[in-house]
Amino acid sequence: MDSVLAMSALAAGIAVLTAAGAGIGQGFATGKAVEAIARQPEARGSIMSTLLIGAAVAETTAIYGFVIALLLLFVNPLIK
Amino acid sequence: MDFTNHRIWPLFTIKGHTVYITESIFATWIIMAVLFIFTIAARYKINSFKERPAAGSIQNLLELAVESMHNMAESNLGKRLSWLGGYFFGVFAFILACNYSSLFKLRPPTTDFATTLALALNTFFLIHVLGLVYRKGEYLKDYFKPIFVFLPTNIIGELSRPVSLSFRLFGNILGGFIMLELLYASLPAVFRIAIPDIFHFYEDIFIGALQAFIFCVLSMTFIKEKASEEEA
Repeated sequence: MDSVLAMSALAAGIAVLTAAGAGIGQGFATGKAVEAIARQPEARGSIMSTLLIGAAVAETTAIYGFVIALLLLFVNPLIK
Repeated sequence: MDFTNHRIWPLFTIKGHTVYITESIFATWIIMAVLFIFTIAARYKINSFKERPAAGSIQNLLELAVESMHNMAESNLGKRLSWLGGYFFGVFAFILACNYSSLFKLRPPTTDFATTLALALNTFFLIHVLGLVYRKGEYLKDYFKPIFVFLPTNIIGELSRPVSLSFRLFGNILGGFIMLELLYASLPAVFRIAIPDIFHFYEDIFIGALQAFIFCVLSMTFIKEKASEEEA
């Protein structure tokens, strides 16, 4: 039972590593948005709203990893 | 450390499972009462509205809120579906009030998956009912695009929308909530006065408003995709 708990804690840590991918993706998106605003400052409003929606969609996978980590830590199905 | 949704009052029992009134349900009631009172007060205020309001008056504020939501609905949904703006104004106000409720030491109802799933299922219902009402046969043909082999993939794609919508809101708010609880637990009592404010500003005020906005915009985009013909 103790080893299952220990491995669950490790697995929760690994699950949160999905945030790395989302971070890289959001960084690329923001960089491109800054380039676009520098080229065309008058289109700032629509670029910003598109960026926010895109960043939120890119974030989804990281949120899935985070939710899995929470499940493993607080409502662990393996040690019921 | 305890992040669970505390049970306050047992309600009834079905087959050995007891249903409880939890902290987040209690917070939802408070938010509902506040929004309800605000709405009634705003409705009575309409009687005394003037043709030319004074700068910075309540009338200005209300008109700004209604008009910006109307513009958002019209640009995201198109002219024909812009009547949904009223519904999304309600959703936006509710999510925003939920996210800001942690500033008043309530447990935000959006940290309870039941709340976010209910909101996402509302959107799911709207997507498909409006799709059927507005496009009829064309709507059903969408499931067989590009060829009929893709039918299972399309169905799974549709089912994953409420899941991703609800988990996005839930995960963001719960993550901020847990981080702030950890911060409060780790700081000595003297430093709990000003330092957490910075994190409250980011986690509750910025992320809370952003997630409420994104929930509405994504719901509108999904509805437009299914229910409107003129989109590319």
